[in-house]
Amino acid sequence: MAQMTMIQAITDAMRTELKNDENVLVFGEDVGNNGGVFRATEGLQKEFGEERVFDTPLAESGIGGLAIGLAFTGFRPIMEIQFFGFIYEVIDSVSGQLARMNFRSAGRFNAPVTIRSPFGGGVATPEMHADSLENLVASQPGIKVVIPSTPYDAKGLLISAIRDEDPVVFLEHMKLYRSFRQEVPEEEYTIPLGKADIKREGKDLSVITYGAMVHESLKAAEALEKEGYSLEVIDLRTVQPIDIETILASVEKTNRAIVVQEAQKQAGIAANVVAEITERAILNLEAPVLRVTAPDTVYPFAQGENVWLPDVNDIIETAKKVLTF
Amino acid sequence: MAAKKAKQFDPIETLHAIEEKFEMFQILDEDGEIVNKEADPQLSDEKLVELMTRMVYTRILDQRSISLNRQGRLGFYAPTAGQEASQIASHFAMEKEDFILPGYRDVPQMLFHGLPLSMAFLWSRGHFQGGRIPDGVNLFPPQIIIGAQYIQAAGIALGFQKRGTKAVALTYTGDGGTSQGDFYEGINFAGAYRSPAVFIVQNNQYAISTPRELQTAAKTLAQKGIAAGIPSILVDGMDPLAVYAVTRDARERAINGDGPTLIETLCYRYGPHTMAGDDPTRYRTSDTDSEWEKRDPLIRFRKYLEAKGLWNEEKENEVIERAKEEIKEAIKEADAAPKQKVSDFIKIMHRGELPYNLQEQLEIYTEKESK
Repeated sequence: MAQMTMIQAITDAMRTELKNDENVLVFGEDVGNNGGVFRATEGLQKEFGEERVFDTPLAESGIGGLAIGLAFTGFRPIMEIQFFGFIYEVIDSVSGQLARMNFRSAGRFNAPVTIRSPFGGGVATPEMHADSLENLVASQPGIKVVIPSTPYDAKGLLISAIRDEDPVVFLEHMKLYRSFRQEVPEEEYTIPLGKADIKREGKDLSVITYGAMVHESLKAAEALEKEGYSLEVIDLRTVQPIDIETILASVEKTNRAIVVQEAQKQAGIAANVVAEITERAILNLEAPVLRVTAPDTVYPFAQGENVWLPDVNDIIETAKKVLTF
Repeated sequence: MAAKKAKQFDPIETLHAIEEKFEMFQILDEDGEIVNKEADPQLSDEKLVELMTRMVYTRILDQRSISLNRQGRLGFYAPTAGQEASQIASHFAMEKEDFILPGYRDVPQMLFHGLPLSMAFLWSRGHFQGGRIPDGVNLFPPQIIIGAQYIQAAGIALGFQKRGTKAVALTYTGDGGTSQGDFYEGINFAGAYRSPAVFIVQNNQYAISTPRELQTAAKTLAQKGIAAGIPSILVDGMDPLAVYAVTRDARERAINGDGPTLIETLCYRYGPHTMAGDDPTRYRTSDTDSEWEKRDPLIRFRKYLEAKGLWNEEKENEVIERAKEEIKEAIKEADAAPKQKVSDFIKIMHRGELPYNLQEQLEIYTEKESK
């Protein structure tokens, strides 16, 4: 075991897979010699060579095409999009091409491509760096979307993503990159995609969340415990497909739920979670399932993040509404 | 005393100097005469006949496809008549290990690369079996998103380079497609990695109704290769020998590690853009049509081969009859394909395990289909 930050765990996962499988390639803007703008690929080019870990021209769409072509020739690409706000440049390669490859070739070609990309607010980035755009890809059939919230999850999920036969979008929250350390096994291990994790057990309210909001939810659970409420915090970890079983088991126990996301209300994946719970467990519910989200504006100017991003107080407020409904 | 005028950079002169470099490369003129003896690719008699055979076959396939489409026996179809030299002679320079990334009009090249005709028809109709390229055949289904095939070709070429495979990625787009970002990114990536790709622009003068002049102020499309720093050439796309020669040379350079090439084939489609209601009389005059028909690749190649005693009406009729026969057979095979079910679609979504939503939906639809 070693104490690792999330970014170290991510590097470790890539190192593990570069070692395990000679078909694994890592590429993107400044991921080679520079080691990535967040040091996620630090040391990898030195260890595995320029053939395996390499820089690309500055063109996201071209990077997507490169990944597709390399997948056709039997490689297992890990492509990096420097910030997920730049996904619009490569949305055809991801949603229009990669996600549909197995389908449109009726199984002849598959796309074992992992798309790594940082996102998320709270670190005062310039425009189009922090936007939560997971719903853009989560709504596309054929693609899986993974968002880890801890170093341990990040490593196990990234190894699974790289080994998955389908395209996986792996979103890394910038605020979580170095915010805390955790014990992470040095050897390889996997965490199945599509499986949620109960980060805190409780019996009064299910808080279904992902990304940085996992930690805000845990803080809210701690605060509300002092008021006598027991919150169960479910970290989805994979937002497409979601882990229905874990969500339902929790809601059937607590009979109340909220869904917490950093994205705007009209974005994210919270509406999908609410719909699934409503369809499958309405008779278990003592109250409506409410959402904690950002307002439906464009992602804020950096100095406005503190008033705009959902936080522990928003969660406490919404949780109380549901608990006292 | 007036100061001596500084030597000025003249951007107009620079532009014209570049444009002058892109003269159209031709080997066989409209009368079937060799006009560029040194560049003659010196194909064997057997190969010359094979090339003509494929071009005639493709012309018949186009005629029959249009007619089958009108009868409702084919679906999406993008006519190819006029582009036989551009499509078939370029592909003729390829080897089996080369990977072809076709656009939606490039079905003929796929057939000669190993796609069964019945599958091409299923693809036209919109049946999943039409996309299931046979194993060992290096093809991707026709690309509908104009430009996407270019960036993907750069990826395959890099894959070949990394594997040490002596093969190229060959891809096609049209004149309108050169305005896309992916067009530029594709040639630029391949250039930056010096990867073995051959990029063909089939300039058939129109992108649906929009004339090529409205795509760009560039005098040629070939000169766009300069932006990527890669060799590029404008070729008479109605001349099979010229198209073959430049594609073969591009392939040679690519597999020798000298990087990609951009080839503009100047050609013409006689038919509409697609069979989905496009009416070329709205934007094209019959004068232009007949002007281009004089340059027909079949006419000039036929004259050339007849003068060499390699071709005659009887041979041509044999090809036509065989084509018609095979087309009839292929349509029958396509007719025999099972009707598509929702459960089929669900099963081809993922290589691995189905996610919960699809597992549930598979059960629901399997139940429905069993009734």
